Amino acid sequence: MTAALALGAVRKSFGKAEIIRGVDLEIAQGERHAIIGPNGAGKSTLYNLISGKFPPSAGDIRLHGESIAGKTPFAIARMGLSRSFQVTNIFARMSVLDNIRCGALFALGHGYAWWKLVARLRDVSERAESILRQTGLWEKRRLPAGLLSYADQRALELGIAIAGGAETILLDEPTAGMSHSEIEQAVALIRRISEGKTLVIVEHDMGVVFDLADRISVLVYGEIVATGAPAEIRASAAVREAYLGTEAA
Amino acid sequence: MNTTGPGIAARLAGLGPWIAFAVALAAMPTLFPSGFALTMMSQMGLLIVFALAYNMLLGQGGMLSFGHAIYFGLAGYFTVHYLNFIHDGEVPYVPVSLVPLLGGLVGLFFGVLIGYVSTRRAGTTFAMISLGFGEMVTALTLVLVAIFNGEDGIQTDRVIGEDAFGATFGPSVEVYYLIAAWCFLCVLAMFLLTRTPFGRLSNAVRDNPERVEFVGYSSQRIRWLAFSLSSFFAGIAGALHAVNIEHVGFEQVSIIQSGLVLFMVYIGGVANFAGPILGAVLLYFLQSTLTDITEAWVLYLGVVFVAVIMFFPAGLAGLVAMHGPVWRAGARLAAPLVLPYAFFLVSLTAAAVGFIGLIEMLYFLSSRLSTETELALFGVAVDPGGVVSWACFAALAAAGALAVKRSFPPAAAAWNDAIAAARARPGA
Repeated sequence: MTAALALGAVRKSFGKAEIIRGVDLEIAQGERHAIIGPNGAGKSTLYNLISGKFPPSAGDIRLHGESIAGKTPFAIARMGLSRSFQVTNIFARMSVLDNIRCGALFALGHGYAWWKLVARLRDVSERAESILRQTGLWEKRRLPAGLLSYADQRALELGIAIAGGAETILLDEPTAGMSHSEIEQAVALIRRISEGKTLVIVEHDMGVVFDLADRISVLVYGEIVATGAPAEIRASAAVREAYLGTEAA
Repeated sequence: MNTTGPGIAARLAGLGPWIAFAVALAAMPTLFPSGFALTMMSQMGLLIVFALAYNMLLGQGGMLSFGHAIYFGLAGYFTVHYLNFIHDGEVPYVPVSLVPLLGGLVGLFFGVLIGYVSTRRAGTTFAMISLGFGEMVTALTLVLVAIFNGEDGIQTDRVIGEDAFGATFGPSVEVYYLIAAWCFLCVLAMFLLTRTPFGRLSNAVRDNPERVEFVGYSSQRIRWLAFSLSSFFAGIAGALHAVNIEHVGFEQVSIIQSGLVLFMVYIGGVANFAGPILGAVLLYFLQSTLTDITEAWVLYLGVVFVAVIMFFPAGLAGLVAMHGPVWRAGARLAAPLVLPYAFFLVSLTAAAVGFIGLIEMLYFLSSRLSTETELALFGVAVDPGGVVSWACFAALAAAGALAVKRSFPPAAAAWNDAIAAARARPGA
């Protein structure tokens, strides 16, 4: 079976600095895959390459076998890849409901329509309601998104990312800045929404990573030093030296 | 509650403002039947359309344009030419009532064309490109004399024959109703547009163009669509202008018109759908009444514009809207507002009177054309050369300004208390 997401010898340089130095990675369909690594390892850059924000300098990225390297973000999103952002990236002056609607509109085939009313689109309304209830934002759907609390904005960030029903979801530190109880809720939510889908998650909280992931890749200075099941990663000397060692100490 | 749509009662309540709007438009000529009033109200009607079209860019789509008069003015030029051609029998006859649609299509054509280039970037780049196109088209209208007739502009006669309803559009009142009908249709259409997927995406691009790309949309294409549709409505407004005034000049495509619509929209309020309507009506009323009274009207407009941007960035409609919760909560919560607000308004009036007095005396002295030695200000005869009058107005302006500075914080605090109380009410 073709991998949901396959990276082959992907490189990215900004000027003289090479941030991603030849990444090979295969993520199977339905897998929950975590990418961990120290700050500055290039995790966010890797996401930006996969989701089309930057084109890779070299190498190939395939989504279900089809090359997406160098495509625009919206073209990649239309192919069923969706992402969330590390820094909350929402539509601040629009209502929470409209934020979710915007996430769902294209995927439900409404395009740039200017001849139909958004409130009359039954499929969008149903999708929005289901997402709002899952993310616990239903009661706050009429509020401007910018007025939500930090944790609620993180939930909304996630909600926009999943509203389109993408097959492959990239989450960038979804629990960053959350309290312990909020993290628990978030993990439960992520587990539920990624059911039957391919999930890639960048995360600093090792509890979340080992709890959620089927496999883990360790990114250090733009290279993947190890990929494997949580138990293998925990046992790996290379990983311990590069990364976990500081945590375990 | 569900998200699929409001119930029947809510839907009828939603129609309320539209019925009121239609009734108001229909009743105006009965209330103000003079020729001056009719022309003024006609002009207001088409400026409402223009201002709302402009706000599709600024308020809805986050695009600051300094050249939107292009689509207004070019549609105007097209309209005078078309009417003149009908007189000469050179083009197929189109009833005057449908000519605005042709104007809209002309606006749309240029909007699609110029928009393709200018909407590739947002923000400052977009603003600069719009300024460049504005200057370019203004220069063209002055250079291509054969088409635009230079600084004189072009005249026309809107009476080209009877319409299906038997209207000739000779009398001002018939033109008023034509403009009122188009105004109603355009306002309704632009309102509905805000409720479509396109309208919501336009807001999304305004708030966060990057994120829009990651949910499957090209933010550039959304801006282009918004720009084109906005130009369509600006074109309708420009055609109505040509029908109303029966003349189009380079001012209508120039930065003068582009700036004026920006002022209308900003002073009215960009964040409210009704803001531009309020701004268009108010500013045009002031413009048409004050230009006869004072030469300094543009200066006052500038001061008001700066004051709005600095202190009430949500505009007049925003000012009204922020009192909505307090108003709904009833008189008990609104009562504590009266005194601080009155103090502030009295201070503001005093400062304004003092400032206007100083400016008017300055204008009077600097224009040597006048043979009069006395200046009538606020119904009082003032000696613009006298020390006493200067001292009085200066003192009034200074005291007023000081009082404004003192009375603003208590007024703002009173609102804060009231809004907190209104929000704390059960069921709010």
